[in-house]
Amino acid sequence: MRIQFILNGRKTDADIDADLTLYSLLRDKGCLSVKCGCETANCGLCTVLLDGKSVLSCSVPAGRVDGREVYTLEGLQSEAEEIGCFLAEEGGEQCGFCSPGFIVNVIALGNEIPEPTEEEIKEYMAGNLCRCSGYMSQMRALTKYFQYKKGER
Amino acid sequence: MERTMRYVNSPVVKKDAKALVTGKPVYTDDLAPKNCLIVKVLRSPHANAMIQSIDTSAASRVQGIACVLTWEDVPKKRFTMAGQTYPEASPYDRLILDQQVRFVGDAVAIVAGETEKAVDKALKLIRVKYEVLPAVLDFRTAKDNPVLVHPEDNWHALCPVGADNTRNLCASAVSGDGDVEAVLASCPYVIERTYHTLANQQAMMETFRAYTYLDTYGRLNVVASTQVPFHARRILAHALDIPKSRVRVIKPRIGGGFGAKQTVVAEVYPAIVTMKTGLPAKMLYTRYESQIASSPRHEMEITVRAGADADGTLKALDVYSLSNTGAYGEHGPTTVGLSGHKSIPLYRTEAHRFVYDVVYTNRMSSGAYRGYGATQGIFAVESAINELAEKMGMDPVTFREKNMVREGDIMPAYYNEKSNSCALDRCLARAKEMIGWDEKYPARDMGNGKVRGVGVALAMQGSSISNVDVGSVSIKVNDDGFYTLMIGASDMGTGCDTILAQMAADCLDCDIDEIVVYGTDTDISPYDSGSYASSTTYLTGMAVVQACEKLRKNIIEKAAKYLNCDVSTLEFDGKKVYQPEGDKEITLRDIGNQIMCNNDDDLTASASHSSPISPPPFMVGMAEVEVDKETGAIELIDYVAVVDCGTVVNPNLARVQTEGGLAQGIGMALYEDITYSEKGQLYQNSLMQYKIPSRLDVGKIRVEFESSYEPTGPFGAKSIGEIVINTPSPAIAQAVYHASHVRVRELPITAEKIFFGMQK
Repeated sequence: MRIQFILNGRKTDADIDADLTLYSLLRDKGCLSVKCGCETANCGLCTVLLDGKSVLSCSVPAGRVDGREVYTLEGLQSEAEEIGCFLAEEGGEQCGFCSPGFIVNVIALGNEIPEPTEEEIKEYMAGNLCRCSGYMSQMRALTKYFQYKKGER
Repeated sequence: MERTMRYVNSPVVKKDAKALVTGKPVYTDDLAPKNCLIVKVLRSPHANAMIQSIDTSAASRVQGIACVLTWEDVPKKRFTMAGQTYPEASPYDRLILDQQVRFVGDAVAIVAGETEKAVDKALKLIRVKYEVLPAVLDFRTAKDNPVLVHPEDNWHALCPVGADNTRNLCASAVSGDGDVEAVLASCPYVIERTYHTLANQQAMMETFRAYTYLDTYGRLNVVASTQVPFHARRILAHALDIPKSRVRVIKPRIGGGFGAKQTVVAEVYPAIVTMKTGLPAKMLYTRYESQIASSPRHEMEITVRAGADADGTLKALDVYSLSNTGAYGEHGPTTVGLSGHKSIPLYRTEAHRFVYDVVYTNRMSSGAYRGYGATQGIFAVESAINELAEKMGMDPVTFREKNMVREGDIMPAYYNEKSNSCALDRCLARAKEMIGWDEKYPARDMGNGKVRGVGVALAMQGSSISNVDVGSVSIKVNDDGFYTLMIGASDMGTGCDTILAQMAADCLDCDIDEIVVYGTDTDISPYDSGSYASSTTYLTGMAVVQACEKLRKNIIEKAAKYLNCDVSTLEFDGKKVYQPEGDKEITLRDIGNQIMCNNDDDLTASASHSSPISPPPFMVGMAEVEVDKETGAIELIDYVAVVDCGTVVNPNLARVQTEGGLAQGIGMALYEDITYSEKGQLYQNSLMQYKIPSRLDVGKIRVEFESSYEPTGPFGAKSIGEIVINTPSPAIAQAVYHASHVRVRELPITAEKIFFGMQK
């Protein structure tokens, strides 16, 4: 089937099989920041923004994005650099394989709850697994990041 | 040489951080050419079976299929997938594909095709007739079982590790010091307890993967997510029965390893496809495959006997480890050694004994996982110490203060090495303070149906494998005077490229941005055994120090030529070579540019380093848990850890290593179960069933450092990567016991076990 959608701010189209996942479509389109860690919607690595909300692209049929707007980290570079800077300052990115999905979900969190509490951060980010960091450095980074964003406003 | 520490001991941001956080395509699958054949493996549904016939004709006819390979198509020389120094301690018991399959998930056939769909279709069309054989599934019954996992004639062990395939033995040994039986007989307090740890999965976020192609010269190029590029080159040459000169292995960024990628799990499959077809090929393990057919921790059952005299002096430790290597012997003979050699030396004893058997079973092969046997041994020995102290009515911290190893001690169970650097006493004192041990020990009833308990454990590890591991770097001066540091070790997200550059920058008195790092490519990088055995900071770090010393000397010699003066009159301050008592000088920039014109010898230096000793880092972990008296539910409230890794090279990265290792240890202690069906199928075959901790499951983790100074390490550093996983299981088990009076000796510690334990 043919679909049309907006990918990282640009109109794009694709001729897809009905069983194609959004994850596979995005990688085919060159959005290689999108990673897969589990295939069972448990790890959060494949997180992208669909109409501004975070979704697990491994569990979204590609056909569903017809007429809608998708953002991956490729289209969110300045936000990624800003958030990533706080993460790297803590050494929290480690292997980096979960970083894109993590950062996309932080962007979604900031859009939804501009001044989240620690509990809200934990709950919102609970689906983003990381096997390297033990999560503490991520929390230090996000606490500092959201303080910084508050100061900016 | 006098070194100023400008970068060492400071929280430098990782050199690759920006690429990683902005999602740049730097990992194996991101770099693979689009035209790679997709490679998949048909896996055995049986735990032990002979393939009677295998019909691939229908599969081969599927449009887009490039090849279907069976046991008849592969070289018949056995090899090991274990990434270890040659000759490997692990027996040669593998073929790429074998007529006998030895666990549920073992490889039966390899299919390669243009699209994933074609390959999936072909996999379904392969017809296999199996002769199903009885299987050895319980490792307690494996030794001398009439069913043999490796009955074949061409099985062989390269090293004398006590292996015997006619007894299902992958390794066995006895070691000790003093008369354990006599000393135990004289002890008024003796306990004997058995502990069981499971085959936990490393579960790094990036699964096993590699792609392969033939280069301009017809050589096999392998881009792989591996911790051991040089070992992978050798293993692939063995597996494919081709000269090593025909193989090149390149390591890009890797999405975590934790030891899993110290075994060549996936590389052989695309490699043989490329050799057979001449076409580029890639294999991406699914999470399902990574769970059922990979290289997890060795399951161990460890019996500890410990004896003390009436005043609380530990007199003897006797440890027997039964280790389950699974269907193949990868890392089997070596991991087990650490279960005794890195647990018993935590204490001063009059006598000790350490005996082990490593057995083959029809389960997935085990491999290397952070801690490498020490984790299992420390769970057993530290739990036993806690139980012994309890039996004596002693505070377990007091018991440790009295008996633990101290700086300057000779450690008989640690190859008689001397503890050059040990701040374990300071670590214990600080941890006690941080958690408020004296106020909280052993438990507090919170009055709401919940009880909070605390627990403690010590840990040690090594820093590299003594007299075996090789760390190497080479460094050169380029035009304008910047440096290229070529690293043979494998950064797997741990940040070793960065910390090695920190050391180089301090040794050369330059800005860290002047050090360009490159790793790892077996054609270009200097030989390094790889990133495992807690070796990189300690060993490759020392190679950096030595290479930089040589390079400084070479720079001064070159300057002496250019300035036409004597070497002894010159000094190098990082920017220029000058005469402190004269007026001649030349900048490094000018030297770098001049060597590119009319030059006889290049301005480079390289160094390899091995160590006759493996200095242990030490640490203390303390846990506070809350147990629900009604349901047995356990919540981890607080975990404090104080680490002595010698000089902390990068405080941020060392902290995150510690926090990450603790979180994995918490997963092992509380969540990560491994269960099998009667037929030997693993139930925890996805991240839905195999519950690695999320950020809601790890409580609060607090880390501090109490540094000693290791004289044989670079800038005084020891290792940190592995030790950090060792304390959670025993510390949490004891905290839970204090809260619930239920002693769990078989991991993980679940609410179910606590609930039923409390009913008794």
